[in-house]
Amino acid sequence: MSPLRSSPVFRSASGSRGGQSHCLWTQSPLTRAFVSPSLRLVHVKMADEAVCVGPAPTNKSYLNMDAILEAARQTGAQAVHPGYGFLSENKEFARRLAAHGVTFIGPDTHAIQAMGDKIESKLIAKKAKVNTIPGFDGVVKDAEEAVRIAGEIGYPVMIKASAGGGGKGMRIAWNDEETREGFRFSSQEAASSFGDDRLLIEKFIDNPRHIEIQVLADKHGNALWLNERECSIQRRNQKVVEEAPSTFLDPETRCAMGEQAVSLAKAVQYSSAGTVEFLVDSKKNFYFLEMNTRLQVEHPITECITGLDLVQQMIRVAKGYPLQHRQADIPINGWAIESRVYAEDPYKSFGLPSIGRLSQYQEPVNIPAVRVDSGIQEGSDISIYYDPMISKLVTYGSTRAEALQRMEEALDNYVIRGVTHNIPLLREIITHPRFVSGDISTKFLQEVYPEGFKGHQLSDSERWELLATAVALFVAAQLRSQRFLGNLSDELETCSHVCLPGNSLVCRFLQVDLDGKRVDVSSEWNLASALLPVTVNGTQRTVQCLSRSASGEIDLQYLGTSYKLRVLSKLAAALNKHMPEKVPEDTSSILRSPMPGSVVAVSVKAGDTVAEGQEICVIEAMKMQNSMTAAKTAKVKSVHCNAGDTVGEGDLLVELE
Amino acid sequence: MAALKVVRSGSRLLNGFQSLLNNPRKVTCGVAATVTKHPRWYCVSHLSVQERIERKRKAALSGGGQQRIEAQHRRGKLTARERVELLLDPDSFVEYDMFVEHRCSDFGMEADHNKYPGDSVVTGQGRINGRLVYVFSQDFTVFGGSLSGAHAQKICKIMDQAMMVGAPVIGLNDSGGARIQEGVESLAGYADIFLRNVMASGVIPQISLIMGPCAGGAVYSPALTDFTFMVKDTSYLFITGPDVVKSVTNEDVTQEELGGAKTHTAVSGVAHKAFENDIDALLNLREFFNFLPLSNKDSAPITECHDPSDRLVPGLDTVVPLETTKAYDMLDIIHGIADEREFFEIMPNYAKNIVVGFARMNGRTVGIVGNQPKVASGCLDINSSVKGARFVRFCDAFNIPIITFVDVPGFLPGTAQEYGGIIRHGAKLLFAFAEATVPKITVITRKAYGGAYDVMSSKHLRGDVNYAWPSAEVAVMGAKGAVQIIFRGKENQAEAEAEYVEKFANPFPAAVRGFVDDIIQPSMTRKRICRDLEVLASKKQANPWKKHANIPL
Repeated sequence: MSPLRSSPVFRSASGSRGGQSHCLWTQSPLTRAFVSPSLRLVHVKMADEAVCVGPAPTNKSYLNMDAILEAARQTGAQAVHPGYGFLSENKEFARRLAAHGVTFIGPDTHAIQAMGDKIESKLIAKKAKVNTIPGFDGVVKDAEEAVRIAGEIGYPVMIKASAGGGGKGMRIAWNDEETREGFRFSSQEAASSFGDDRLLIEKFIDNPRHIEIQVLADKHGNALWLNERECSIQRRNQKVVEEAPSTFLDPETRCAMGEQAVSLAKAVQYSSAGTVEFLVDSKKNFYFLEMNTRLQVEHPITECITGLDLVQQMIRVAKGYPLQHRQADIPINGWAIESRVYAEDPYKSFGLPSIGRLSQYQEPVNIPAVRVDSGIQEGSDISIYYDPMISKLVTYGSTRAEALQRMEEALDNYVIRGVTHNIPLLREIITHPRFVSGDISTKFLQEVYPEGFKGHQLSDSERWELLATAVALFVAAQLRSQRFLGNLSDELETCSHVCLPGNSLVCRFLQVDLDGKRVDVSSEWNLASALLPVTVNGTQRTVQCLSRSASGEIDLQYLGTSYKLRVLSKLAAALNKHMPEKVPEDTSSILRSPMPGSVVAVSVKAGDTVAEGQEICVIEAMKMQNSMTAAKTAKVKSVHCNAGDTVGEGDLLVELE
Repeated sequence: MAALKVVRSGSRLLNGFQSLLNNPRKVTCGVAATVTKHPRWYCVSHLSVQERIERKRKAALSGGGQQRIEAQHRRGKLTARERVELLLDPDSFVEYDMFVEHRCSDFGMEADHNKYPGDSVVTGQGRINGRLVYVFSQDFTVFGGSLSGAHAQKICKIMDQAMMVGAPVIGLNDSGGARIQEGVESLAGYADIFLRNVMASGVIPQISLIMGPCAGGAVYSPALTDFTFMVKDTSYLFITGPDVVKSVTNEDVTQEELGGAKTHTAVSGVAHKAFENDIDALLNLREFFNFLPLSNKDSAPITECHDPSDRLVPGLDTVVPLETTKAYDMLDIIHGIADEREFFEIMPNYAKNIVVGFARMNGRTVGIVGNQPKVASGCLDINSSVKGARFVRFCDAFNIPIITFVDVPGFLPGTAQEYGGIIRHGAKLLFAFAEATVPKITVITRKAYGGAYDVMSSKHLRGDVNYAWPSAEVAVMGAKGAVQIIFRGKENQAEAEAEYVEKFANPFPAAVRGFVDDIIQPSMTRKRICRDLEVLASKKQANPWKKHANIPL
């Protein structure tokens, strides 16, 4: 094995694009596997050597063991770090690597197998005296059996893929009908995501928190728990915001959970880093959920508060070294928060995937104590092949308030153009009074936004602030457009319209009169920059001007949410009443694809009558199956898609009469 | 009297010959008599004249009257004066000929209630962002904006002055057509305008904004100007309306289908862009005006720029896909390099396989031409050649540097194209690039195949700076086709293809011959172009003397 890579190199590599690729350890420096479309991604460029393991579809590349083994052979790799996702929890992969004499940086196959199967893991956990959730410890054969078992356990129940993780192939059912439907969807998703459609059912714990314990074990029987991560903010069972430590745990509970986690790890002779996930109810009862036998996406926050480099520790353990630390050495220093920045439209069920080309991209790394793990850069394409994660944005503070404050600032200074992203939602979550006070559960989003996320709701004073900023920006742009260079007479003339303090480009200070209310706005008014730092009535903010048109339309990202405003001169505003209203297209009779993806099934044909809410077709995107339903009861006029088609966002699928 | 002579000869120049020939006596005698021979009468009548001035002015300002103004508003249209006010800087409009009235005496037109001070057009000059512009705005509330002799004379007057001082003319068209009561005088008026459109072509920028109907012979004035913009849903351009079409060809067609904004911006290529409504159109026109020099003696304007000229554009390094058969959006490149990602696209919905429009580089206006790989692989066909050629010639006429992005697989083959005359239409683009003497910078982003390589502002057509990206391939044709010819009948075509790719599918064959000046990293493109434009700002190049060239029309 080669000497350990210095962690910064590895760090950037590991953080790339949600860790969706593998590091190969060789005598020669760092080698990475990649797929052909990602040739130009940052992590591939940063590697010393890169090997292409196939085209974009994952079953032909990152899930293709032969290709990765071949890559390892070619480069003479001595160890492989599997990243997270893909083959990171695949025992067969670990076994085959071992057979080739290549070290798998992770636990051994036995532990992967034991913990990878949710049914088996539950039995082991029970034996190790870990609290478990009541449920059916076996594979559910069909929908009818699912209904019967659900009846025995009592509703609500959770149906999930035995081989699953990350919320895929997971459905909650509150009655028999939902159980049947959930069974169907889950088994399809499980089959397409994991190649294994076995399902299990357990009691669904209502209103729980999702808190997980990071464990680290070596090959000498030592194991540590590295405190918890609070991951309750989820949508569709996928994590959105995580923090460490949790506001909810007291030292006793933390210790109890940690000890159970460690005893489970020891029970399966676990080595390497792993995560034991628990559900914690309002009375601080906790139940074992599952163990992830890999590095987790949210591992940086644990690193922040403990000071340990988990990847480095994993490599040490793989090499056979004993752990360097004792339990008493593991501190909780400060607070860390992670926001998962996704290429998703948060206004559609808290996030439906979007794709596109990152026309502009700037990470807020100029702010202190901010870490951004990403594998993309300006110009990268967000494609339909992988999870739509753009980056993990981590902020650290000596207190939770400080970490949150930095997160706010970081989100405001994060420039993402070309794809729809979830920053509006992230910013709302981290500033929501319930989140700030620590009053959260896995149902946070549904409870706080029962009607769906609608963006930031402006208070009166925020409204004034936003309007004044837009007006000031408009005026600054207008003033600048009167400034032509290299023509003296023009220059003299325009000067009379503009008060120019010294050498600056346009007026720094503008006073906006809104219905008699005076608002002072000042800024450097750099109209070329994506970020616009402004001071409005003494409050400093960074707003982003997303677009500006000649006809006065200004899109501002303000407090995370983007607002469309229109600023007109008094004259234009007075005349605007004569402009005809343009009738927008009636959308109730048209079904368009809400996101790019592929059509899995079309359930109707022209001439059929559909009821409101009836399924019309199923679109799969980023491995999620989305059922598209009719917005009204009507006859199907025409069908514009077939199963297997690839569709773009906004493509016409079905027309109703 | 001497003073009068000056006025008279001046007005001959300003008004054009027609107006004076119509009624020369009124102009000379009336004024001379009142001022010199009857001073007392003059004083007495002074008040009444003042009153009459006020009355006329008020009448002129209210156009066809309140009812017609309201009707105009109900159609979703602004009045001629509202439009001028919105287009120009506040209080900058100086009106000409507010007191001009039509001179028709047939069909009861001589009656007082049929006379409108200023007639059916508002003319004058003003400023857009401080820069001089001449404007005429047809008033639909007066006789449906129809063109009388007086109406034409007013337009001609401002056009003549615009030519003399060197400032653009903007026409806001909203006219039912000829003033039928005036007969041939109206036709003569059109011709007077056409002649001036032609004389002004290449001297001052001329812009038409169609804001209502524009039919019959009237359409040829916009057609002769440099840019024709339209307002969606409320403007029409056609030779004959739907009724005549029905009676002649028996076609059933609506006004909108026949000559609406969509038709002309997407199908016919008559109009260069369409806007949502009057306000949107006028505000956009202000923005557009900022790109233009005032005349052919003016240089391309430079506005204050906040975007660093040496900004690197990392996104461009990945914009061209690795697979040569995969498309990408040329607009990604254009937005990437332009100041503040701003690009005023001309004809965005017509012949979309070529992209043309205005942007700024380090504040200076440039014209950008780019093949669009996303549409028809970016090939050159009849429509895209004509679209590109006209744009290049405008830039050349008005000292606007041209930046060309090349990714062209060739000219589109097929009978439709050959029968349509792709040879002579394609020649237009070739002609335009070849004759242009403004700074010409070319970037080959990927394919530059065959004759199309030559056409697209190549080194051979006096390109000043020609760059290739590492992904560039300059060759007679793609590997497959070439191998089938060079190695006809030979086995192992795949091997031959690989050899061809190795030899030609890269920038070196062009670079070793000096046909490209440098191979540059895409992210450096903006920086390099900005620097080149500084250098080329003093470029002087002239074509041989000729009466005019003979472009293959």
